Amino acid sequence: MNLLAAGVAAPEFTLHSTPDQSVALKEFRGRNVILAFYPADWSPVCSDQLALYNELLDEFARLNAQLLAISVDGVWSHAALARERKYHFPLLSDFEPKGAVARAYGAYDAQLGLAQRALYVIDGEGVIRWSYLSPMGVNPGAAGIVKALEALPSNNLQKALPADVALEAS
Amino acid sequence: MLREDAILSVPVSAHDHVQGNAHAVVTLLEYGDLQCPACGSAYPLVKQLQRRYAGNLRFVFRHFPLAQAHPFATLAAELAEAAAVEGQFWAMHDWLYENQADWVPFGAAGLEAGVRALGLDEAAIAATLRNPAIDAHIRSDFMGGVRSGVNGTPSFYLDGYLYQGDFDTLAHRIGHAIALQA
Repeated sequence: MNLLAAGVAAPEFTLHSTPDQSVALKEFRGRNVILAFYPADWSPVCSDQLALYNELLDEFARLNAQLLAISVDGVWSHAALARERKYHFPLLSDFEPKGAVARAYGAYDAQLGLAQRALYVIDGEGVIRWSYLSPMGVNPGAAGIVKALEALPSNNLQKALPADVALEAS
Repeated sequence: MLREDAILSVPVSAHDHVQGNAHAVVTLLEYGDLQCPACGSAYPLVKQLQRRYAGNLRFVFRHFPLAQAHPFATLAAELAEAAAVEGQFWAMHDWLYENQADWVPFGAAGLEAGVRALGLDEAAIAATLRNPAIDAHIRSDFMGGVRSGVNGTPSFYLDGYLYQGDFDTLAHRIGHAIALQA
């Protein structure tokens, strides 16, 4: 399976974030979205990809981005993990039909039955702007995400326009 | 992409905490969290490398507190920076790692033991802790680490490249780099 490339419309989805709440991608139009597909809840904390992203929520907000993390784990596992690790972003459950969203994004390992460690940056129009697949066991960090967000035209408005125009635009 | 995102993006400078010979052949840089147990486990191994390679190895420590996972990591980093103002950064860094199991369960009160152990002036340290420049330094270390591809703690950079592997191989790489220069 290959990841979807930059320029492609991000496939819509609605997934449960808790037993009684759902999150739809389209709710985030006008904001950038970081999708972090990951194989499984409960990896060791010091090397945990999501623990790192949890420390970067202010930075992501500064870049007008919302982080959504997605695995095939169930909502109760997600709820326990978010409570234990003090995650302040949604963990989405790609549980039934299993891995359907990961498949739509070319990020499903059918042999293992797990989402791959794939990252997407989607802009405010719902278009994929950056994607990256990390080997299953390798935590990709956040350098690529930050660079991709900073490269978005909407985050470059002030730099791209002459100073007086930028002032009006802000 | 991974390679270019795993290169140290902020060069070692006078703002850094550096141990060892400025002209050392090899520079080992750690992004660490002072409350992180994995960093605590790495601490004696780094010390071993420093003893083994002595003047040929320069060691740099930068802060990477995972504050949500480790609620006292930021305070510990601030304390180390406040100690740095008194010229005691490394003494505090070492104390925090050597006594991690003892102070962590007591949080801020546990950290006060470090101030006493080093014989630092508690009032002076308390005043320095409130200096916004200290938090700016820690945040700057953190974001520089993010841009350099830090993906957890500890993360080590060997001569500016993220090293992901065990300490035996790291020692071998350092020894090899030194031998090439000899």
